[in-house]
Amino acid sequence: MNSSFSYDVLVIGAGLAGMRAAIASHNQGASVALMTKVHPVRSHSNAAQGGINAALTDRGDRWEDHAFETVKGSDYLSDQDAVEVLAQEAGQDIIALEHMGVIFNRNEEGHLGTRRFGGQKRARTFFVSDFTGQAMLHVLYEQTLQAKIPVYEEWFVTSLVKDDQGRCAGVVAFEIRTGTFALFRAKAVIMATGGLGRVYEPSTNALICTGDGMAVAYRAGAPLMDMEMVQYHPTTLKGKGLLITEAARGEGAYLLNSKGERFMERYAPNMLELASRDVVSRAEQIEINEGRGVKGCVLLDCRHLGRTFLQDRLGQIYAEAKTFANVDLAEEPLPIRPGMHYQMGGIKTDTEGRCWDVQGQWAGVPGLFAAGETACLSLHGGNRLGANSLLDTVVFGRRAGTCAAEYANTISSPTIPDSVIDADNNLVAGIVGRKGPGERAAALRLEMGTTMNQHVSVFREEEGMEAALRHITNLKTRWSDLTIQDKGQVFNTGLISALELGFMLDCAEAIIVGALTRQESRGAHFRTDYLDRDDEHWLKHVLLYHRPDGPPHVDYLPVRITQWQPQIRVY
Amino acid sequence: MHTTLRIRRFNPEHDRPSSYYQEYDLEIDPSDSVLDGLIKIRETIDDSLTLRCSCRGAICGSCGMRINGHATLACKTKMLSVASEGETIQVEPMNNMSVIKDLVTDMAPFWSKIRQIQPWLQPEGPPPNAEYTASPESMSHLSGVMSCIMCGVCVSDCTVMDIDKTFVGPAALAKAYRFLADPRDAATSQRLNSLNQAGGMWDCTRCMECIQVCPKGVGPMDRIMALRAKGLAEKVPATCGSRHAEVFSDIIKHKGILDEPMLAIRTFGLKNIGQLLGMVPMVVQSVLKGKVPFLGPLHRPISGIQHIQRLFKQVRKKR
Repeated sequence: MNSSFSYDVLVIGAGLAGMRAAIASHNQGASVALMTKVHPVRSHSNAAQGGINAALTDRGDRWEDHAFETVKGSDYLSDQDAVEVLAQEAGQDIIALEHMGVIFNRNEEGHLGTRRFGGQKRARTFFVSDFTGQAMLHVLYEQTLQAKIPVYEEWFVTSLVKDDQGRCAGVVAFEIRTGTFALFRAKAVIMATGGLGRVYEPSTNALICTGDGMAVAYRAGAPLMDMEMVQYHPTTLKGKGLLITEAARGEGAYLLNSKGERFMERYAPNMLELASRDVVSRAEQIEINEGRGVKGCVLLDCRHLGRTFLQDRLGQIYAEAKTFANVDLAEEPLPIRPGMHYQMGGIKTDTEGRCWDVQGQWAGVPGLFAAGETACLSLHGGNRLGANSLLDTVVFGRRAGTCAAEYANTISSPTIPDSVIDADNNLVAGIVGRKGPGERAAALRLEMGTTMNQHVSVFREEEGMEAALRHITNLKTRWSDLTIQDKGQVFNTGLISALELGFMLDCAEAIIVGALTRQESRGAHFRTDYLDRDDEHWLKHVLLYHRPDGPPHVDYLPVRITQWQPQIRVY
Repeated sequence: MHTTLRIRRFNPEHDRPSSYYQEYDLEIDPSDSVLDGLIKIRETIDDSLTLRCSCRGAICGSCGMRINGHATLACKTKMLSVASEGETIQVEPMNNMSVIKDLVTDMAPFWSKIRQIQPWLQPEGPPPNAEYTASPESMSHLSGVMSCIMCGVCVSDCTVMDIDKTFVGPAALAKAYRFLADPRDAATSQRLNSLNQAGGMWDCTRCMECIQVCPKGVGPMDRIMALRAKGLAEKVPATCGSRHAEVFSDIIKHKGILDEPMLAIRTFGLKNIGQLLGMVPMVVQSVLKGKVPFLGPLHRPISGIQHIQRLFKQVRKKR
């Protein structure tokens, strides 16, 4: 018995971008629903600790400064029209969040207070202690409850559905609790499924960050852009790679090597520890590689900040250091190292969240939108500034939700037969029913993750990446034969891991192909065989189109420059 | 080091579903959490072992479960903190919720209780052009309760919800406090009146379990007590709950010792004979078990009562 559902706008993913988009669509009068493979407040937006950027012009800041620093941070790969929108609309979205109930930190006058963050000369990061993402996520969830927006919790999307004209017409998904497949018809679909961190091992990302939305859109014909731009965060814990917020350095913490030197003086004499993340991560890795590390790490020193300050402004990492690294931040420095953190690339969209192609047409999948880490406008280009990701989710989540609702108003409901669910239903039944003993999804994922972390990380070169690509191709073949022990329908997490791995292998391949294609060093993409940025040949985006039987088709798109010509990038 | 995880399992798709325990022997690293152990089982021994987990860092609230009898987050619990070399660690799903499969519980009733308190900011009139002004202290005070990640751990171990399914519970009440203590929220009296109903803020028995188990230091019971104080300050209509609190404090103030018969009579009122009679069996049993000194109304103030009265005065002054 297959039930089916129909909406104007269906949002996949219920983190900050997804919920902000759903609220915007709802405010436009559209019928909208959210679908997520977890509960909304379990989303990975929770993990954003340090804050959200905005240049509030009524307090003497200039949006142009925020925009310029974002462009410089991106190593001039961001599209400047998108960055201008981000910086200009940041203020109104911060105020809107405050009105919804976010308990932003205040200054003595009772107005919003700020702290400093990396890559920016001015303190323009608004924050809630060091759990800003969580504080925002729970408030947006409150707003969806007030608006009574339906949420399909613990539903897993397996593919995007198109009508006979190639328009986006909804998704096929199954309910995790029952294993039942259903067709969700929608005039517009917004992908807001977050990042793909689990492609790497270790990663700061939660276990749910498996690139589902990127892969589903990619397989349906939407191009992925700048996938080679993978951010390594400078301060992650050894072992599982948990995140230590950049706010620690923003509030004054130092980075030290084994000799006790503040080594950033040699790499970024002006901005020191608050240079952009790619610069700091590379510096740390050089220190470690050249023997000035401490057991594969460098040290984050917060001792001079004092216990009271640490507990008040950085309480979460104070507790985290104690629980997960057995370090008292007030007493001793914390060993940290660069770790995979964020995907700057993603589904190519325009500033309204529309999945876009080279000609400015919806040639990929008309009716498909994306927002947040899943999307690539490109705002963050080669390197994202800290505290710009939360801003990205609310500004472009809102814009995507608004535009999707307006678009849905102009078209008729798609006609799709219920039978489109059969293919995915059969695929899943095939995976569950496959007889063992075969390989486990977890084992294959670990191979993928360690390969990516070895060859496609802070430093890259052709030979290693070619080896990684061969390995991923091999894993794709083995994926078709993996088996799971759980043969049930109800809450089969073994099945979900297998499907997620399939998505991640597509993402991994795209990352490597993008990285092999871009023969220069820019932002987070640093090639030891092409040491310099090459604006003459590579001031452009790399677009990848999925091909079912082989490596992706590669295309290019010029970078949109409005007012900031590329310069030498020094911090 | 070596340990054994003894896990309560349940598969609803078995012919006659019933829960059972299964043991897994593991070699673990001393720094491993219980979640690491469970993931290791799932990834290398038995992928049918079912649990929710995501962030691994105590921020997403997915992995609430009972470990050695108390609810907690598996990711935040080091194996070494609950077992020594060679010992067994018992892992079970959360209480006060039905089990879907293995360690996965049905959170729908949890969320419906959260919705019950209208968990969204309700300011008065249209918002200002800029942000609402609010003191830094008022916002940082709220960050304690905004740290709640809705993991359900307090609800699992709530001793009232165990016997009274209508109790709105510690998580929802802490959430209610979050709005009542927010200077921007204008629905104070409406919220308090709703919390004043049966199943609301007066039904907590102050057992402190929620404070004990909360992995984020939210202190739900403290928030419930703060709600009651707000309720009394705002003069919500008297209920058995509020009278109980006031009479309790009044008796202690005057006698320095709890006079339980008097507490019952003054809480319910002498006219409420039905309810008073209803207590007779409990009173008889309490007496038989030596829990009520049979002097009842004859209680005189204890010696040194003036010290207690001075404490009362000091507390009042501080407020």
